[in-house]
Amino acid sequence: MIWSCGAALVALIVCAPLAALGWQAWGASAGHWSHLAQYVLPQAAANTGLLLLGVGALTAVLGTGSAWLVSAYEFRGRRILSWALLLPLAVPTYIIAFAYLDLLHPIGPVQGAIRALLGYDSPRQFRLPDLRSLPGAVFVLGCALYPYVYLSTRAMFMTQAANVLEAARTLGAGCYAAFWRVALPMARPAIAVGLSLALLETLNDIGASEFLGVQTLTVSVYTTWITRSDLASAAQIALTMLVIVVGLILLERHGRRRQRYAAAQRMRPMQPLRLHGWRALLAAGLCALPVMLGFVAPALYLLWETQKRLHLVGGVSRQLWAAAGNTLAIAGAATLITLACGLVVAWAARATRDSGRRRLTQLYARAAGMGYAVPGTVLAIGLLTPLGLFDQALSALLGTTGLVLMGSAAALVCAYAIRFLAIACGGVEAGLARIPPSLEQASRLLGESAGGTLRRVHLPLLRPALGAAALLVFVDAMKELPATLLLRPMNFDTLATWLYGEAARGTYEEGAVAALAIVAAGLIPVILLARGQEKMPETRDRDQKPKRTAVDRHDPAPVHGDAPALAGAAHISDKQP
Amino acid sequence: MKSPRFALSTLFGALCVAGATLAAPALAAEEVTLYTTREPKLIQPLLDAYTKESGVKVNTVFVKDGLLERVKAEGDKSPADVLMTVDIGNLLDLVDGGVTQAAPSKALESVVPANLRGADGSWYALSLRDRVLYVEKELPVNSFHYEDLADPKWKGKVCIRSGQHPYNTGLVAAMIAHDGAEATEKWLRGVKANLARKAAGGDRDVARDILGGICDIGLANAYYVGQMKNAEPGSDARKWGDAIKVVRPTFAKARDGGTHVNISGAAVARHAPHKAEAVKLLEYLVSVPAQTLYAQANYEYPVREGVKLDPVMAGLGPLKVDALSVADIAKYRKQASELVDKVGFDN
Repeated sequence: MIWSCGAALVALIVCAPLAALGWQAWGASAGHWSHLAQYVLPQAAANTGLLLLGVGALTAVLGTGSAWLVSAYEFRGRRILSWALLLPLAVPTYIIAFAYLDLLHPIGPVQGAIRALLGYDSPRQFRLPDLRSLPGAVFVLGCALYPYVYLSTRAMFMTQAANVLEAARTLGAGCYAAFWRVALPMARPAIAVGLSLALLETLNDIGASEFLGVQTLTVSVYTTWITRSDLASAAQIALTMLVIVVGLILLERHGRRRQRYAAAQRMRPMQPLRLHGWRALLAAGLCALPVMLGFVAPALYLLWETQKRLHLVGGVSRQLWAAAGNTLAIAGAATLITLACGLVVAWAARATRDSGRRRLTQLYARAAGMGYAVPGTVLAIGLLTPLGLFDQALSALLGTTGLVLMGSAAALVCAYAIRFLAIACGGVEAGLARIPPSLEQASRLLGESAGGTLRRVHLPLLRPALGAAALLVFVDAMKELPATLLLRPMNFDTLATWLYGEAARGTYEEGAVAALAIVAAGLIPVILLARGQEKMPETRDRDQKPKRTAVDRHDPAPVHGDAPALAGAAHISDKQP
Repeated sequence: MKSPRFALSTLFGALCVAGATLAAPALAAEEVTLYTTREPKLIQPLLDAYTKESGVKVNTVFVKDGLLERVKAEGDKSPADVLMTVDIGNLLDLVDGGVTQAAPSKALESVVPANLRGADGSWYALSLRDRVLYVEKELPVNSFHYEDLADPKWKGKVCIRSGQHPYNTGLVAAMIAHDGAEATEKWLRGVKANLARKAAGGDRDVARDILGGICDIGLANAYYVGQMKNAEPGSDARKWGDAIKVVRPTFAKARDGGTHVNISGAAVARHAPHKAEAVKLLEYLVSVPAQTLYAQANYEYPVREGVKLDPVMAGLGPLKVDALSVADIAKYRKQASELVDKVGFDN
């Protein structure tokens, strides 16, 4: 009971900003819709659709393709590539966009080299097409976001595919048939989970799209609010988008409802085939390409810009250190709280799985993930009202004068927790799904309480899932910009806002140091995440030996159970029937 | 015991700890709090100079968008004393949104011309930002009307940032005020047809793209020229700045022949805990030393007469401002934004 109450509270908190937006939207006249429908929405919807389609295709190909290559084949460099493929997660999309605009500009190094090669000496004689376009945005976002798909599909290939694939090979399927007819259909849920995260990021992105001149729906929400000072109408568009997003996610689940994904009898990694000669080189090259595009090129660019300017900046300033400290502190606090909330929500759903309250707790779990489905700026605007009301009430209650939440970084921690709860929830849910109910039955039978069972039985088993979710939340919180800009307390900078401060002045190359710091700070959790991921099968093998029969008999685990953090979208996107 | 109570109390505890450790120190008497959408790097030197001169500490919150919504949500507990923005539209939104108060001041009224402040002291302009033409430096263009930007002879030669950016909607609004909505719509279609690339990026990208051979002319704010042409020799910004020259356009129909300007400005917050300090800060910002910093460090045009300009900016000649008052232009802002949508300027 108390768990469901906790879950209800969390769901309520997440829904508060959305309710505030609904309240805003209610007050608006519908007059602007004719303007929007006539001049804005057709183009914005088309742009958004094409952008999602393009980014979806690119991330699916890069993510799934590279995951398959590093899982099914053995070649030189595979070990490094298998974790390096995650590195673009450390670089915010707006930084990748900045970097590529500079790198690919007519006066940048790439086109300069091409001109030198072709014997032209002025960009007026020869130029490549401009990056500021829809294809440019697809390229940039695809390179930045494919790791979401990679992470979930890789986990899936590592554990679930082995037996079926070996059977397929025994039955005479070649490499291609094994991939197209067996591995790919089996990976569909994992791809869907990764894709839904990548596409939500794309949909809610404002930095890169605006910078590259792509008028998406999110950009028009923003324009309506900022340029026409019409928050009510902006809230209406944002909520309409939210409804469509939730609808699409439900549709995808509906499409898969009849499919069953059997849990493998024995979970072990597939035996990779060794490649030789040009095939090995090709495989290594194909896997290295996304890493180069999504991480190495932008990171080298930032390093180069930083070293060019180090003498101007005079080393790393005290404020930058302070900003780095703030970033780590609030991202850390947000991670802890997000995980705790995720645990409460997921455990409530688990504890009531056989009772009449099941539907209710599942609803809470879905609601808890809504924060990820709205753009950060919109969420932050929605959050202002409840935060303000809470602060007013608290100060009336205590008779103080200050603003407890909005006057401190607590508002930021709140915002991050609401935004990234989806990741924590889904991670814990997927992790729990792998633990057979017989374990808690046994524990309760032996006299342990519900809380004690969670603490002594489930938490230790959940550790890898929790760790992965924590790292993802941490990295995302560190990169967060729009909500931070709106909700931060006075005299407070994070690395992202510091970088924004430079970029706002139009001197974004001076922000190279801050950008590099974000990337560097993001690298550590990403590498930890990657290493944890690579180690998972063996630890699980060891941990789970004694309970395999239980797993098989009672609890066909969701196939994406191995992508704990990534099943983040699960509670809104992917619940196995 | 790991129980929901434990989890919830951890949650609350963590919030409190985060609040307590990261909250700003309690306000002392000699402090004033500024909420601003202006770039930190531009404003901080001014604030530091003020603190040095007066001993008053200036707390800052830099936000990008949503200043109005934030101050509204904070209500009467808001610590904000001064609200500062760029773009007259944003500033008037604050006034119309009811989060400012009248702050009459003899010192401010004597410095800031009447068309650059609210009648009752509800807002004051602090600096002017003229929107000018960047031209490839070899081209024989020496005078220009904003209307010429739609001339087909510039087909594929024009660069500009998003039509929905306040700097551009401000200009379009002024165009509506001068030429009427119909002519402005036609003009926007003409400019759109002349674009060399998407209407995106920032103002400095116009100079960079002129150097990159993407375009020949483009509209951008003048102060970036000061930044770029004063940048360290050999740096990227300097190369961009050196690739262009500046022409101050005028409106074809206006007899006075003035250039479109937008402003940066400020107002005193409605629930300002330190109203007197707030007015003092505003008075400082229009004083000779502060206006000199605006002119020489930020390269903006001062609102105060007779302040010495940066040499690069002085080289552009005296600024003749379009006779329409900024508040009148701001009335057409919404219509301007809708026209930009209508012609699909940013698509």
